Amino acid sequence: MAETSMLQIFEQDGITNVEFVETNILDEICISRIGDELSSVVERKACPKVILNFKNVHALSSSALGMLITVNTKIGDKNGKLVLASLDGPIRDVFRITKLDKAFSICDTLADAMGSVRK
Amino acid sequence: MCSKAEQPDKQRVTICGLRESFDEVQESVLDLMRQNQYCDHDLFSVRVAFEEALANAVLHGHQGDTTSEIDVLWSVTSEFVEIEVIDQGRGYDPQTIPDPTANENLTLPSGRGLAMIRAFMNEVHLNERGNHLRMVRHKDQNHTQGAEFPSA
Repeated sequence: MAETSMLQIFEQDGITNVEFVETNILDEICISRIGDELSSVVERKACPKVILNFKNVHALSSSALGMLITVNTKIGDKNGKLVLASLDGPIRDVFRITKLDKAFSICDTLADAMGSVRK
Repeated sequence: MCSKAEQPDKQRVTICGLRESFDEVQESVLDLMRQNQYCDHDLFSVRVAFEEALANAVLHGHQGDTTSEIDVLWSVTSEFVEIEVIDQGRGYDPQTIPDPTANENLTLPSGRGLAMIRAFMNEVHLNERGNHLRMVRHKDQNHTQGAEFPSA
């Protein structure tokens, strides 16, 4: 039986909008599967423009951050763009504390992210 | 630092490095915190730090071996949460880990676990060998259970 996807993926105007199914991105196996699915999305695109929507995410580990860094690098290697959207207080704090808010493009809302990823 | 007179009895469990074991012990601590009216900010902080400590025990302490045993001790009072995580590994020197917040290291995919623990807990102590982590979070007295996470 096929494994259930860890992501919900919507395509609109050449932009890939990704939502997480899991609310807690902590487990190594879960993180590895999300990383594989995101890498597969990136590999299919010539110039990937991807929004990761964190509206469902309540907890995030350092391993998850590592996976996101790897995905961001892969997108950058193809001259694409990754934008993170809808990070609530605690999740935003994880990025601020680790100073990864300087390494990622982060928008408050999905609408802002759509505008940013088009630039 | 908590004085000796304030030290409550600690609960202790020995677990393996599997997700189910992590969830069970984490939920035990979080349940006690909820009973003691800790706010969402405290619950989130302890959950993240606890996860990082257990992940470090498996990945660095036991080189990914999920069958090796991890001792976990905890106590939750109305004022603070104290957690200890002890692995069977040879330990490590945190000084050897590059500062993950330095500009030149921001794209490194690993090495943020201890930094996150230090950010989310009020006291963090790693023994000289590097296999015994003790961490304490004081209750945020300005927020009650159900309150929103304060903005950064």
